[in-house]
Amino acid sequence: MTQLALVIDLNVCVGCHACVTSCKQWNTSGTAGALVDINPYGAEPNGTFFNRVQTFEVGQFPNTQTVHFPKSCLHCEDPPCVPVCPTGASYKRAEDGIVLVDYDKCIGCKYCSWACPYGAREFDEERKVMTKCTLCVDRVTDTALPASERKPACVLACPSNARLFGDIHDPESVVSKAIAERGGYQLMPEWGTSPSNHYLPRRKTEIRIHAEDLERVDNPLKIDGQLPEHAHRDPGREDFAT
Amino acid sequence: MQPAFSVIFLTTLIGAAQGLFLALYGTELINLGGLGPADSQRFLVTGSLVALVLSALGLVASFFHLGHPERAWRSAAMWRTSWLSREVIALPVFMLGVFLYGASHFLGWSNTPLIGAATALACLVLFVCTAMIYASIRFLQEWASPLTLVNYLLLGCASGMMLATLLAALSGLSALVQPYALTATALTLLAWVTRSLSLVRNARLKPKSTLQSAIGIKHPRIVQKAQGFMGGSFNTREFFHGRSPELLSTVKWGFLLLVFPLPLMCMALGVIAASKEMLFIAFFTQYFGLLAERWFFFAQANHPQNLYYQNIS
Repeated sequence: MTQLALVIDLNVCVGCHACVTSCKQWNTSGTAGALVDINPYGAEPNGTFFNRVQTFEVGQFPNTQTVHFPKSCLHCEDPPCVPVCPTGASYKRAEDGIVLVDYDKCIGCKYCSWACPYGAREFDEERKVMTKCTLCVDRVTDTALPASERKPACVLACPSNARLFGDIHDPESVVSKAIAERGGYQLMPEWGTSPSNHYLPRRKTEIRIHAEDLERVDNPLKIDGQLPEHAHRDPGREDFAT
Repeated sequence: MQPAFSVIFLTTLIGAAQGLFLALYGTELINLGGLGPADSQRFLVTGSLVALVLSALGLVASFFHLGHPERAWRSAAMWRTSWLSREVIALPVFMLGVFLYGASHFLGWSNTPLIGAATALACLVLFVCTAMIYASIRFLQEWASPLTLVNYLLLGCASGMMLATLLAALSGLSALVQPYALTATALTLLAWVTRSLSLVRNARLKPKSTLQSAIGIKHPRIVQKAQGFMGGSFNTREFFHGRSPELLSTVKWGFLLLVFPLPLMCMALGVIAASKEMLFIAFFTQYFGLLAERWFFFAQANHPQNLYYQNIS
């Protein structure tokens, strides 16, 4: 069983909002119709977006980290928004696990948005139906596109490669490896929704400098035995070499 | 949550209609008040008509909640999984039952207890469906409790019983007024207890989701610096009432007064003084109180998605 998903690397997201604008551009130009923009140039601009980048400050000054946090539909493996839908407009595709809304069946009762703990669904005030991230289903399944472009618009737009896309049920996929090797986690695990999208945590960037790195190997004094050998208390390079 | 008036009117109107129908059916079942056949028929037909009108008004109100009311017929499809879909089926079934019950009394058929029993069953199913729409969303911890079901049932029955008392007084059936008033009092007192219990429960709730679990960073101090947009969105409109805690507190004490002690006092006065006006005031005071109660029920529910929308920038 395929489960397509995004893996978002919080370690490299720079909060540029390129995924937000590319998402809006792609999905507003698609066959499903434009994403509403109410008063876009006025004082209270408003509209439907499938993806947002939020910013959080973690820690107490001076030990703070700014975390940019992109949020879109997580395409849960057990999506709570699907069984509550009275019309069956909200559904999870069996072939690739994408959670979608059939805009022709949706009656706009908003009950599915109540049943999503992540606030991933947005009611479109013009079309009067519930909308959400489609994982660019019209891109990723389009065989007319070259294989390298069969990815969601947000993934292609990300300048820091913070968004990975693939099948999390395939242990050999880029996303599965990233989750396994870099501690990928799910949001709000307490509700048992099992989101498919995962986030990769921040990592401490550090450079390990060994004492021998600071020594000039061809120092003539050392060659002549006039400098004492450095006491190797720390593990040396060879101790890490595999 | 942002309270939606369409749903507030739907749940309070059908609650009263359901309570009223149960009162009528109970009256017929045990021949309460020892009414003559003509009085009994006149009262049961009138009562059924009132219950039918109230539930029809509720049904109309519910359409205002929909983005595409013309597609409402589709919502009966997913009854296997969705409580909302089940309610969409149960409400018309209940209305049909009330119509048949009233019509068979009007036509003087003898099969009314059977139709009444089936309709009473539909009525209870409808109570369960309506309440489970809210109680089944586990993320909304204020709603996810058996007390939600108990409150919808008891408040609906209390409201319907008050209406039955008023209707009995208006129809001049004094033999019914006192037993109805006593039942309404008992139901209102019981609902007072269970609604207070749910208020106490909700005041002690500890949110399961935190900002830490929402973004998956285990640090005691996390502050949102930007929510990603400034002009508001569905996420900032739908899930927060946008009122001050003082207003919320006022509404809470307001409904606690309007739903329970005030109508009980009015009804006691109305029964003692045989005053239809006081019974009229009792029912409508409680109904307005129930509107406030339902508004508060929605406003109090704190959706975990609000964790993502704490600061504009």
